[in-house]
Amino acid sequence: MMDPRQHILHRGLTSIRGPLIFMRNAEGVGLYDRVEVLPSEQDDPRLGRVVSISGTTAVIDVFQGTEGLSLTGSRLRLLPEPILLSVGPGMLGRVYNGVGEAIDGGPSIVAEQRMRIDGEAINPMRREVPSEFIETGISCIDAMNSLVRGQKLPIFSGSGLSHDRLAADLARFARLRASPDLKFAVVFAAIGVTFDTAERFRSEMDEHGAMERIALFLNLASDPSAERLLTPRVALTAAEYLAYHEGRHVLVILTDMTNYCEALREVSSSHGEVPSRKGYPGYMYSDLATIYERAGRIMGKPGSITQVPILSMPSDDITHPIPDLSGYITEGQIVLDRELERRSVFPPIKLLPCLSRLMNQGIGKGMTHADHPAFAQQLYSSYALARQLRLLSSVVGEEGLSKADRRLLHFGNRMDREFIHQEDQRRSLEETFDIGWTLLAELPDESLIRLSDAQIAEHVTPRRDDTAVTLQD
Amino acid sequence: MSRAEVFWINGPVLKAHSEGLFRMKEAVYVGRERLAAEVIRLDTGSITVQVFEDTTGLRPGAIIEGSGMAMAVELGPGMLGRMFDGLQRPLEAIAASQGDFVRAGVEVPNLDRDRRWRFTPLLKEGAAVVPGQVLGEVEETPAVKNRVLVPDGVSGELEWLAADEELRLEDPVARLRTSTGTHEISLLTRWPIRTPRRFAEQRVPNRPLLTGQRIIDTLFPIGKGGAGAMPGGFGTGKTVLQQTLAKWCDADVIVYIGCGERGNEMADIVSEFPRLEDPRTGRRLMERTMLIANTSNMPVAAREASIYTGITIGEYFRDQGYHVALFADSISRWAEALREISARLEELPAEEGYPAYLPSRLAEFYERAGNVVTLAGSEASLTAMVTVSPPGGDFSEPVTAHSRRYVKSFLALDRERAQARFYPAIHPLLSYSEYVLDTARWWQDHGGVRWAQRRERILSILQEQAQLARMVKIVGRDALPASQRLVLVCAEVMVEALLRQSAFSKVDRYCSPEKQSKMLELVDDFIRHAEQAVQQGVDPDLLLTLPVTRRLQRLGEDIANEELERFDELTHEVGHAFSSLAAGQTETPSQQVLPE
Ligand SMILES: Nc1ncnc2c1ncn2[C@@H]1O[C@H](COP(=O)(O)OP(=O)(O)OP(=O)(O)O)[C@@H](O)[C@H]1O
Ligand SMILES: [Mg+2]
Repeated sequence: MMDPRQHILHRGLTSIRGPLIFMRNAEGVGLYDRVEVLPSEQDDPRLGRVVSISGTTAVIDVFQGTEGLSLTGSRLRLLPEPILLSVGPGMLGRVYNGVGEAIDGGPSIVAEQRMRIDGEAINPMRREVPSEFIETGISCIDAMNSLVRGQKLPIFSGSGLSHDRLAADLARFARLRASPDLKFAVVFAAIGVTFDTAERFRSEMDEHGAMERIALFLNLASDPSAERLLTPRVALTAAEYLAYHEGRHVLVILTDMTNYCEALREVSSSHGEVPSRKGYPGYMYSDLATIYERAGRIMGKPGSITQVPILSMPSDDITHPIPDLSGYITEGQIVLDRELERRSVFPPIKLLPCLSRLMNQGIGKGMTHADHPAFAQQLYSSYALARQLRLLSSVVGEEGLSKADRRLLHFGNRMDREFIHQEDQRRSLEETFDIGWTLLAELPDESLIRLSDAQIAEHVTPRRDDTAVTLQD
Repeated sequence: MSRAEVFWINGPVLKAHSEGLFRMKEAVYVGRERLAAEVIRLDTGSITVQVFEDTTGLRPGAIIEGSGMAMAVELGPGMLGRMFDGLQRPLEAIAASQGDFVRAGVEVPNLDRDRRWRFTPLLKEGAAVVPGQVLGEVEETPAVKNRVLVPDGVSGELEWLAADEELRLEDPVARLRTSTGTHEISLLTRWPIRTPRRFAEQRVPNRPLLTGQRIIDTLFPIGKGGAGAMPGGFGTGKTVLQQTLAKWCDADVIVYIGCGERGNEMADIVSEFPRLEDPRTGRRLMERTMLIANTSNMPVAAREASIYTGITIGEYFRDQGYHVALFADSISRWAEALREISARLEELPAEEGYPAYLPSRLAEFYERAGNVVTLAGSEASLTAMVTVSPPGGDFSEPVTAHSRRYVKSFLALDRERAQARFYPAIHPLLSYSEYVLDTARWWQDHGGVRWAQRRERILSILQEQAQLARMVKIVGRDALPASQRLVLVCAEVMVEALLRQSAFSKVDRYCSPEKQSKMLELVDDFIRHAEQAVQQGVDPDLLLTLPVTRRLQRLGEDIANEELERFDELTHEVGHAFSSLAAGQTETPSQQVLPE
C-alpha cells in the first residue's frame, strides 16, 4: 500500500471557485485521483479529487469545503489512486462521518482492505434475481408493494412528513418469514439531514438493542455540501463489504437523497456545465444509477444489499427531476401523502402511486400465499375506483352515486382507516391478509373481477356475514 | 499504425495529439489497458475520442493506438442465447475473467473462436453465386439456423465449399473465383455498427408482427418491419411490455437491448427465457434471443454504441432471410448518453441540452428497421420497438416528440391505468398505429374476417366512453339516459374482457390469434344482446351484475388457448342470460343480494 507521505506537496493553485480548485504543474495526475488539500501547515487535510485534466493543469473538486484556502498558503498532496475506504471487521455498531472516518471515539477500523468508494457495476450475468420476500410488518408494503432482498425501494416523501419514523419501523421490523435473521445489518447514511434526525434514528435503534447491527454515516446539514457526493458512496462501500465479505443481509437507508442531488447541482453549476431540467445536470440519471444500482444480490455470495433511499419531493411534486429520475432507476417506490398525514394516518402511504417491481418474484405459492397476487390486484383496482369516486362525490355529492358506487366509496374509506393506518404496530402478513379480505367482503362479486370464483369462495364469502351489518346505506 | 498522445481528459472524452492517419469513427485503443474507444472528432494534429470503458486513473501521456477500422461487430454463429455488453463483448466471458464486477480493460473475443459448428453445404461447387446467397448453414441453436452468406459486394463462381463438417469461426468455409481473383469466406465476418447493411428492395410492412397481446394485435398492430415507440412515465409498464413482446411475438430472432436500464431486469431475462417455450415452435425462447446489456451504471459511451451494435446484429439475421424483432429499452437513455458526450465536447445544445443532431440520429436509427427483400431475394424484416422514458411523463419532450415523427406505431402508456394495476397500461385514445390498413388485409386472408369493423367499433365505444365520463363528472352517472349508460357498461365490459391482460398470468400472458378472434366475437355478441335488452327497457347497470358478465370479464385468464371449445359454451350462456332477462326472470346477480 502507498504511503501518502511519500507524495510531494504541490503548491501551484491557480484559482479557487466555489468547491473547485484549479492547479498547474499537475504532471502525472490521473483522472479521479485522490487529492488531499492542506489549507495550511497545521490544518487537517481535506478530501478532493481530480475531475478533469488539460495538459499540465487540472481541476479538483474539494469535498470538504474551500473556506480558508489560499492560492499561496495552501498545498495539495496528489495521490495516484482513487478515493478508497478502509474496511474490515468490526464496522458495525459504529458512527462515522460523511467520508467514512470513525467519529465515535472508538478505535479506528483495522483495514482488511481498501475498497473504491465509487463501486463497480455488477456484471448482469452474475446478478441473482432478488426473490426472497422480506416481511416488513407494514401492510401497504407487505401485501401491496412487497419488498424482496436485494431490491432498491425508495420512499418518496415531502418535507415534514413522517418518513424517518417509517424508516425506523422498517429497520426494526424487517425480517424474513422463514428464518430469523442473524446476519442482518443496517447501514444508515445521513445526507445533509439535521442532527436531530440522525440522533433520533440512532436512539430509536439503541432503545431496541439494535445498535450493534448498525453502521451510521453522518453528513449533517452543517457539514460541507460537496461532501454529500461521497457519503452515500462511502456507506454503500461499507455495505458491500458487510454483504459480500461478511455475508450479511444489509439494509441501506440513505436519507435524504434530495440533499445529495442539490449538492450535485451545486458542483455541476460551479463547473459551468449546461444544466438540464431545473438546473440539475444532464448526467444526474447516470450519476444516481451508480448509487442505486449498487443494491442487489450476486450469484454464489451469501449476503445482499437492499436499499431504502429516502427523498423529499420538492413541493410534493412527483414529476420533479429528483423523484422522477430516481423512480426511473429504482425498483418501485413508496409514496407518502400529506393529506393522510394530516388525517393522522400512519404510515401515510399514498397507495396508488406506490409500486414494487420485484413483487412478482417474491410472492405467491410457496413464498407468501398462492392468492397473494390476485389479492393485491383486486385491492388496488377497487381502491383506485374508490379514489375516483371520492373525487366524483365531492362534485356531485354522495347522493349522485349509484348504490354500487357508494359501497366502493365506503370500502375506500375503510382502506385508509383500517388497512393503511396501523400506527407503529407490526402486522404479520396473515393479519394484513385478513384485514384486506374482510374489506373486500364488503363488495359484491361483480366488483371482484380480479378474483377467481374459487378465491371468492375461499376468502371472501366466509367473511361476508359480519360485514353486511356494518354497511350504512 | 497511427498513434496519438492524450493531453486532455474529461470523463469518457479525451483529446490527444495525433501522428499518422486517423479516420472519423475509427476504433482505437487507449493506454496500457487498451480501453476501447472511438474517434469522434478530427482536428489538424489532434483527435477527440470517446472511451467505452471507465477512464478512472487515466493520465496525460497515455498512448492511443489506431486500428485502421471503423467500430465494428463480429458476425457469425455464437450470439443467440447469450448476453453481450454494448460493444458486443460476452458478459459471461467477462465474468469468467474479471469476476462479479465489470472492470475496465478487458480483452475477450466477442465470439468464441474455438467452438466448432456443424456446417451443412447447400450449394454445389462450380455454381455461380451472387451477394447474399446462402452457401450453407450451421445450427446455431435448435431454433435458428445460421445461414452462411456470400458477402455483400462479392460474386463469381463457387470454387470450393466445405463439406458437411465441423468448422471453427475462422476456418475457411468457401472459396470464390471473382473477377479480381479468389475470395475466401469463413463463418466469421465483421460489419461497422454505424453503417446500415444493404438489401435489394424495401417494401411497406404488409403483415402484422403478432404479439399475443390483444390490445396490440387488435387495436394497434405492429407491422413486421415497422418501427414503434412506447413512451411512458416510470413504472407504467414499458419494460414488462417489451419483455412480453420479446417472449411471445412471432419473429424468428429477437435482439433485446437493455440500454441504460436496470441490471436486475437483464438478469431476469437470463433466468426466465431459458425456461419459457415458444408457443409456435415449442423451442426454448432463449434459443432465438440475444441480449445486449449496458445497464445504467455501466459506461455511458458504450450505452450510446449499444443500439447500433444491436441493430447491426439484427440486420445480419435479417439478411439471412429471417424476421427479426429488435427491442431497445430505453431510447431515452441512449439520447442522454449522446447529450452527455455532446456536453463534454462543449457543443452548442439545442432543446433541453440535447445536441442539434438528436433528431437526425434518431431518424437514422428508426430507418434501419424495414420490411425488405434481401440481396439474395428472400423476404425478411427487421422490426424495431423502443421504449421512451420522458421526464415527468411529459410526451412533449424532445425524444418522444422526435420519435413520433419517425415511428408508425405509438403505444402511449398511461400512469393512471398503471396505478390502478390495469395492464398493459396502453392508453387507447392516445395510441395509434399506421399499420392498420395493411394489417386488416392480412387478417382478411387469415380468417379474421371482421377484424377492421370490430376494431373500429371498439375504438368508437372507447371514444364515446371518454366523452361520457366527462359528463358523469358533472351530473353523476345515474343522471344519464339509459342509452348512454349502456355505452358505459359496454365499454367497461370490453375494457376488462379484451384490453386487460396480465403479463404474469400463465394462461393469459400469450393470447393466440384464434383465441383473440373468439373473444372479440363473444364481446361483440354481448354488446349486441345488451343493446337489444336496453331497447326493451332493461336497466343497463343491471347487466353488470349478471354472472355471465363477470365471466366475460375474466375470459382471458379463465380460458386457455387450448380450450377454445369453451367459448361455444359461453356464447350459449350469454344468449341464455339475456333471454331470461327478457323473460323478466333475472338470476340472482351474486350470492349476496344488494341491500335495498
Ligand atoms: N403487462 C403487465 N402485466 C402485469 N403487470 C405489469 C404489466 N406491465 C407492468 N406491470 C407491473 O408494473 C411494474 C412496472 O413495470 P415496468 O418495470 O415495465 O415499468 P417501466 O415503464 O419500464 O418503468 P421504468 O421506466 O422506470 O423502467 C412491473 O413491475 C409490474 O409489476
Ligand atoms: Mg423499464
